[in-house]
Amino acid sequence: MSALLELRGVRKEFVIRGGALQRVVGRVNAVTDIDLSIERGRTLGVVGESGCGKSTLARVVVGLHPASGGQIIFDGKQINNATSGIDVASTRRIQMVFQDPYSSLDPRVPVGASIAEGLVVHGIGDAASQRQAVGEILQRVGLPAQAADRYPHEFSGGQRQRIGIARALILEPELLVCDEPTSALDVSVQAQILNLLRLLKKQLNLTMMFISHNLAVVRHIADDVMVMYLGHIVEVAPAATLFANPHHPYSQALLSATPVADPDQRGKRLRLAGELPSPLNPPSGCPFHPRCPLANDRCKAELPALTAVGPTRVACHAVAEGRAFSLHQAMAVQ
Amino acid sequence: MTSLDAATARAAEIVIEDGLLGNPVPLWKQTWKRLLRKRSAQVGMIFIGFMILVAIFAPIIAPYDPNQVLIGVEDIKRREAPCVHLLGCDVAKPQHIMGIDGNARDVFSRLVYGSRISLMIGVITVSAALVMGVFLGAIAGFFGGWLDNLIMRVMDVILGFPSLLLAIAIVAVLGPGIVNALLAISVVSVPGYARVTRASVLSVKSQDFVSASRVLGASKWRILFTRVLPNALTPIVVLATMGIAGGILEAAGLSFLGLGAQPPMAEWGTMLGSEKDQIFSSPHLVFFPGIAIVITVLGFNLLGDGLRDALDPRLNA
Repeated sequence: MSALLELRGVRKEFVIRGGALQRVVGRVNAVTDIDLSIERGRTLGVVGESGCGKSTLARVVVGLHPASGGQIIFDGKQINNATSGIDVASTRRIQMVFQDPYSSLDPRVPVGASIAEGLVVHGIGDAASQRQAVGEILQRVGLPAQAADRYPHEFSGGQRQRIGIARALILEPELLVCDEPTSALDVSVQAQILNLLRLLKKQLNLTMMFISHNLAVVRHIADDVMVMYLGHIVEVAPAATLFANPHHPYSQALLSATPVADPDQRGKRLRLAGELPSPLNPPSGCPFHPRCPLANDRCKAELPALTAVGPTRVACHAVAEGRAFSLHQAMAVQ
Repeated sequence: MTSLDAATARAAEIVIEDGLLGNPVPLWKQTWKRLLRKRSAQVGMIFIGFMILVAIFAPIIAPYDPNQVLIGVEDIKRREAPCVHLLGCDVAKPQHIMGIDGNARDVFSRLVYGSRISLMIGVITVSAALVMGVFLGAIAGFFGGWLDNLIMRVMDVILGFPSLLLAIAIVAVLGPGIVNALLAISVVSVPGYARVTRASVLSVKSQDFVSASRVLGASKWRILFTRVLPNALTPIVVLATMGIAGGILEAAGLSFLGLGAQPPMAEWGTMLGSEKDQIFSSPHLVFFPGIAIVITVLGFNLLGDGLRDALDPRLNA
């Protein structure tokens, strides 16, 4: 097994300009020093609360935002350059499913034209074969081929998301980046879309990067899970390990916040104090220290590096020093 | 695991059958139907349609040559009041339903031929301004940066002058005449289109379907022309429809001041301007051209109003 996608030290910084002369008045590090690799055929779930940089990371990987630093290595080759995102040849092999199925389809063209755009842009096939390819991909995502002539507003949210998936798959990509593909959908439809993604992944041997704030969704679909906080990776582990035994205090809090369908368990969760700090003015040291129950002086001063603990890699001084609790202990302490 | 596989297999089953039956209706047809249901658009289209018919069939409708001086041809006086046989005017006198103007010409015939010039003015000024304004605004909004700043600051400078005053200045430099008046009106209205286009392009280009095209590898120009501009066009279409009214009005204004259409050309503004001093002695000479301008301008404004509602994508349910 080789890594299909590898990120080394990838950063994305947004510059804020203000005033009459458009001078730089601030910088936001949306994504900081991301090292990750996704092996061919696996699904990496990326979780974290709003504003933690997970969508930015997705957009950097597909080339919508050029990375401010670091290397994006796809299939053994570096594909990013400093100015313009990723090179065009790679765009065919990396595709994206967007969050909002209502704004991700052009309302003025039939969905068939939206889906076929990738083929047209890359000059694949003539009009007839493109039309046939669109029909086939529509059936693959569970829609009739005749749907190609319809306009987006004639479809429901779930149907539109299927169309978005079809558009992403028409170029036969190897890596599919899904940016919260289910969060805008009804719960009943979410399951359908997730199952569809699982099926397509198996049929087409896709590698996936699945962004979500919904842990249950990630648990359903991901092989590995990466937890992000304020632009940093705090913990990466195989899904089963992470959900059974989260190490980082933030991962523990996140997991304990998932609703459990058991009345006896209600109310038992780790509560975090405070708010997510502003990325404009990030805390010193470990980004999580202002809200962390285990923070000490070292956490305030020094940014922890990702270190291996069994199959898990976690960025936490407390874990490295053996001060951390397991999830059960942490719950009991509280 | 087997039950999970069964669940995933079901995911690919065809999920819709109903709701997609019947033939697809093209988007423009849906918009057209909505437009036809709008009262303001109906009235506007009736007014405009009426004016267009008058313009097309002017030679059939007009009883006289618009520039023919009728002294010595018929027994009439200058600035004679309207004479309509049906309303009891002496049958022995020649019929002039809108009277005779200061140069002894038939006002009705001039009015009928004037519709050609006014409609032409409206369409030409708006087309020219639209092409320039949409191009500049789209480039400014889509590419941003220094280009945006440069284009929009130039537009701001043009907007800094009162539009009629600037048009007068342009005509003063180029010399009076209908062509120069058209040019002046076009230049003056470019910033309006550029601004609206830019704002609209800015809001469209941040939408996910534009990002999706980028991810698919579409070039910037392709995205601008196939994704961004068609979706940014709605407010521009409305503005252009109303702009025709504005153009007609401004051209009439320039002609009224003697800077646009020159006599003896049958233009409504000129007709008003040349007879403005007789408003109390021969009100029919300013009344009828005024009414013609009002009907045409109102028609385009009403149609613009209706279009705005019909094109609103939020109603696309």
